[in-house]
Formats: sequence, structure tokens, C-alpha cells
Amino acid sequence: MAKQENPYKKYLREDRLPHIFCPGCGNGIVMNTFFKGLEGTDIDFDNIAMVSGIGCSSRVPGYVKCDSLHTTHGRALSFATGLKVGNPDLDVVVFTGDGDAASIGGNHLIHAARRNINLTVICINNNIYGMTGGQISPTSPKGSFGTTAPYGSRDLPFDLAELVSAAGASYVARWTTTHPIQLSKAIQKGLENEGFSFIEVVSQCPTYFGRKNKMKTPLSMHQYIKENSINKRRAEKMDESELEGKIIVGEFTNKPHKELSANIKELVEENSNKGLAIKSAFEELD
Amino acid sequence: MIIIDSKLCKGCDICIATCPKKVYSKSDKVNTKNVYLPFPENEEGCTKCGLCELSCPDQAIYVKKEVE
Ligand SMILES: Cc1ncc(C[n+]2csc(CCOP(=O)(O)OP(=O)(O)O)c2C)c(N)n1
Ligand code: SF4
Ligand code: SF4
Ligand code: SF4
Ligand SMILES: [Mg+2]
Repeated sequence: MAKQENPYKKYLREDRLPHIFCPGCGNGIVMNTFFKGLEGTDIDFDNIAMVSGIGCSSRVPGYVKCDSLHTTHGRALSFATGLKVGNPDLDVVVFTGDGDAASIGGNHLIHAARRNINLTVICINNNIYGMTGGQISPTSPKGSFGTTAPYGSRDLPFDLAELVSAAGASYVARWTTTHPIQLSKAIQKGLENEGFSFIEVVSQCPTYFGRKNKMKTPLSMHQYIKENSINKRRAEKMDESELEGKIIVGEFTNKPHKELSANIKELVEENSNKGLAIKSAFEELD
Repeated sequence: MIIIDSKLCKGCDICIATCPKKVYSKSDKVNTKNVYLPFPENEEGCTKCGLCELSCPDQAIYVKKEVE
């Protein structure tokens, strides 16, 4: 019989709970939806390796009972690429944030997408640098406030789902923490896709984004995200002025094509009649 | 039966807002961190859809599925 407890706790390092995230932070919701999405696949939990950079969102793997690599800021995708190419049998999952993935790690992001490496990337986009105290990030909406924008940000933000789609990823979706069912389904599809899968989750950082932008309670942020989300199909029939300030959610790309680690494996086999080096090392040990 | 883990709950109220059946209300009980816990006041209304478990950022909710 299953243990009588919350259904997602079995995946977590219980001795580390409660986790460090602030009350109402979206990171914990994204963890749940990841496990729900995983349960919809045939993937073995023990075959998952999680990789992250630096940020509140990047702390997620530290709570999960699987192998994990907590790396340097912005470089999670580089470490994950090495891991996947070295051992293509692993299911490699990256947890990242808007700052980690799109500021310091922006170039890694577009090139990982371009090469369509088989990774599943969950990008928790809270539109701010949470961990370091509320600085403006490349996804902060124009006009939003942060510690580095006391008069409101003047810049146009990146649309991450569109950016990563244009860069060549084979699966891209955007949902929010107020769409946990749809989000779980997108994570399931991302895990199943043999190629670069990018799931952007618009999430709440009540402590910094909320406080700086007149949404003081976790609930007001949650409500704001829910009320301002519009499904992609509906959004396609609306004009720019109607879409101002809205969060477009749905599937952006689902076009499977040949992925990097399979390409490399094939290249090595074709040219050396041997498997990948790391694999042959294991074989010699047997 | 709905069980709230008072050691994990941080009192964000997301469960109260998320439940489609309005099962939860705020109780007047606090945990050791002075957080006012939610209370499944209208438990008969619960359809065991699991949305509150999925939306609780702190894995503090358990909705017992089997008939007792
Ligand atoms: C090389 C380097 N530069 C800067 C930092 C400081 N730093 C830590 S986390 C962070 C931003 C994180 O933002 P995001 O990825 O959005 O994560 P969040 O905390 O919002 O989830 C920065 C700039 C660092 N740790 N390393
Ligand atoms: S600072 Fe923001 S992102 Fe970080 S744990 Fe707190 S609410 Fe979450
Ligand atoms: S299981 Fe569904 S109906 Fe029951 S309390 Fe949770 S959200 Fe409400
Ligand atoms: S969602 Fe979870 S942490 Fe938030 S009030 Fe409800 S039980 Fe507590
Ligand atoms: Mg962030």
C-alpha cells in the first residue's frame, strides 16, 4: 500500500523539508507538476539526473531524491550537455530561472536549442532575480519595478518561449503555476520528446516581484497570473493592444527532429567502429 | 479525509483560492511558526480531484483517496 502522505513527498529528501522557498513561492508548485508529469511517462525516476545553475529556482534539484549537479550561474546547460553526450542513456533534466537561463546563460540557451540536444529544461520565470534581492531580469515586463529599476523598467522583455522556438528547439510550451494540470502534461511531453524541450513556467516571487509591484501577498500574485493568462489559440485572434501585459500560454513548438547526442553517437560509431568512450570504459569493467 | 501537515504549511492560502469546491477556509489555529493554517471546513464538498495537493508549494496537503 502506498504511504499515507502527500503524493509528491516520496520524491523529496524529507530531511530537508520544509524547503527554503518563501511562503507562496511558485517553485514548490513546479516541483509537484514535474513529478506528476513524470508519472505520465515510462521514465524510471532513478534514471533521471537533474542539473541546475544558481538562483532560487536552481535550488529545486537539491530537494529531489535523484542524482543532481548544482553548477555555476548560467552554466547548467553546458554541464547538462556534457552529461548527456557522455552518457546518452540518462534522462537529463535542467531546472533554471529567467536570470540563470536568459541573462548570464542566454548564449548557452540558444545554442543548446539550436543543436536540439535531448534535455528537458524547466525554466521557472518569475520575471526577476529572486535570490539576489529583486533585480530586473531579461523577462521583467516593461514598466515593472525592481531594486535596479526604481522608476520602472524601460526595456522590452524577452519572450522566452518564442526565443527558444526560433533558436531551433523541438518542443516548447509555456504555462503558469496557476495551470498545474496543463503544465504537468507539457512536462510529460517534454520528457518524452527526443530533443531539446523547453517548458517555461511563469511563476510568482511574492517576496521580491510581488512586493515591488504592489502585490504584497502570495495570493494576489497567484490571482494576477491567473487572470492575465490567455491561451495561445485565443491570443492569435487578438491584436497587440489587447495583448498588452498578457501571458500567452500553450504549446509553441512540437516538431521533433534529429538530436545532438544521437548524432554524436552515430558519428563516433561510423568513424571508429567503437561506442562512445565513456560507454567502452564501462564495458571493459564488466 | 484531508490532512494538513502543520510542520510544512507556510500559510500562503493558495489551497483556499485553488479548490474549485471551496473546501478550505482559514482557521484560527497557528503552527509553531505563527502561521494560520487552512482548515477543510466544507470537507463533504471535496471531490478528491487532487488540485490542492498539486498546487500546494509546500507538499503540506494529503487528500486520502480510498473509502474509509
Ligand atoms: C557568476 C555569477 N554572477 C552573479 C551571481 C549572483 N546571482 C546569483 S542568483 C542570480 C540571479 C538568479 O536569477 P534567476 O535565475 O531568475 O533565479 P530566481 O532566484 O529568480 O529563481 C545572480 C545574478 C552568481 N552567483 N554568479
Ligand atoms: S525570493 Fe522569490 S523566488 Fe526566491 S524563494 Fe522567495 S519567493 Fe521564491
Ligand atoms: S481534492 Fe479537489 S475538491 Fe478536494 S479539497 Fe482538494 S481541490 Fe478541493
Ligand atoms: S497551499 Fe499548502 S502551504 Fe499554502 S496554505 Fe495551503 S496547505 Fe499551507
Ligand atoms: Mg527569476
